Amino acid sequence: MGVVSSALDLIGSGFGILDATPEMLALFVGFGLVVGVLFGFFGMGGSFLVTPALLMLDYEPSVAVGSGMAFVFGTAVIATLKHHDLGQVDYKLGAIMITGTTIGIEVGRASVYYLQSIGLAGAIISVAYVVLLGGVGAMVTRDALNGEDGGIDHEAADKSLDEYEIPETAKKIQRTVRIPPMVTLRGDVRVSAWVITAVAFATGLLSGFLGVGGGFIRMPAMIYAIGVPVPVAVGTDLFEIVFSGGLGSYLYGQGGGVDLGIVVPLLFGSALGARVGSAATAVVDSDGIKVYFGGMLLVGAIAVGIGEVGSYIGSPTLETVGLFLVIGAAVVVAAAILYTSVVSLRTAQSRQTTTAD
Amino acid sequence: MSGLEIPTWDPETALLIGTILVEAIVLYVGYAGLERLVAPHLMRLLIGGDGSGQ
Repeated sequence: MGVVSSALDLIGSGFGILDATPEMLALFVGFGLVVGVLFGFFGMGGSFLVTPALLMLDYEPSVAVGSGMAFVFGTAVIATLKHHDLGQVDYKLGAIMITGTTIGIEVGRASVYYLQSIGLAGAIISVAYVVLLGGVGAMVTRDALNGEDGGIDHEAADKSLDEYEIPETAKKIQRTVRIPPMVTLRGDVRVSAWVITAVAFATGLLSGFLGVGGGFIRMPAMIYAIGVPVPVAVGTDLFEIVFSGGLGSYLYGQGGGVDLGIVVPLLFGSALGARVGSAATAVVDSDGIKVYFGGMLLVGAIAVGIGEVGSYIGSPTLETVGLFLVIGAAVVVAAAILYTSVVSLRTAQSRQTTTAD
Repeated sequence: MSGLEIPTWDPETALLIGTILVEAIVLYVGYAGLERLVAPHLMRLLIGGDGSGQ
């Protein structure tokens, strides 16, 4: 009876979605669409902006992180279904990583609630975001300006596993760290289960503390520390987030940290945006736009900083400026992707017509 | 809720997470169908062709 009555309670309350105002629902669907385009196009960074934006909208840190994580969980379910269809998921690697990531997430989550109980969570999470967004943004911008790859290399992701070459760092780790049990992964990679667990724990900790998927750290770690081929790293990372993100969301949900009024509209917009962003990779060279993506992360870092200063000195204007900067930077980059795609398609179409003539 | 925890069964939270899971699967299937239906018309509208050259 308890299950039925709680289910009825939840349905009766409209899953919390009816509590949200139409303006907020529209904002979340729109923001989800933008975040989805970025995730679909760059293959990362989708969740970077959600938690900071929620913090600036004055949500409790546990709700901002918990709902951010639940959004990541939903996004990962959709992306994993796609990568499963493409045969790019190493289920053995994913299963080994789940334990380490889960413990990491729980330690991160416990830290958020502890910091919240002493009133420091908002400030510390914001500072962590400034460092993270600033660091990753600077790295992506530098790589883009130097003509190197940042984020997922879509061409590498399309290569067959036989063509993949294990990075030197991964080979070195595989030779030196030989603590049993050793496991063989797809692409004939043989590595200690402890290396996998350590990578999983570190990224889980970051995930649980910031409500992000952690793919921007876990994927390079899987590629450079474990030696997993790029397409398998992408698919397995997403598969792993389904479990760890699901459990993390469950734990946050038990503490009232998951708000469906936020997650449902965000996911509704982002699932559509991700399809558009993913389709855009077929017509637009992501290297040309990567510099804007790096710039967007840097603006995000500055925006979170401004928002936090505003909250510290009690200035709603500064908090609003921070929020507009975060959302505005994402909108500009997503619009640049869509605009460039349409221009590329039109150019290709007119060339095709001229050739046919 | 601070301190490390072992997850315990909570039907309301399970329903909450289940709702997100179901929404994700419905959106995956639904948007795939929508893409098949709408994409050719949208391409014609945007570029004046079906973009099959891509």
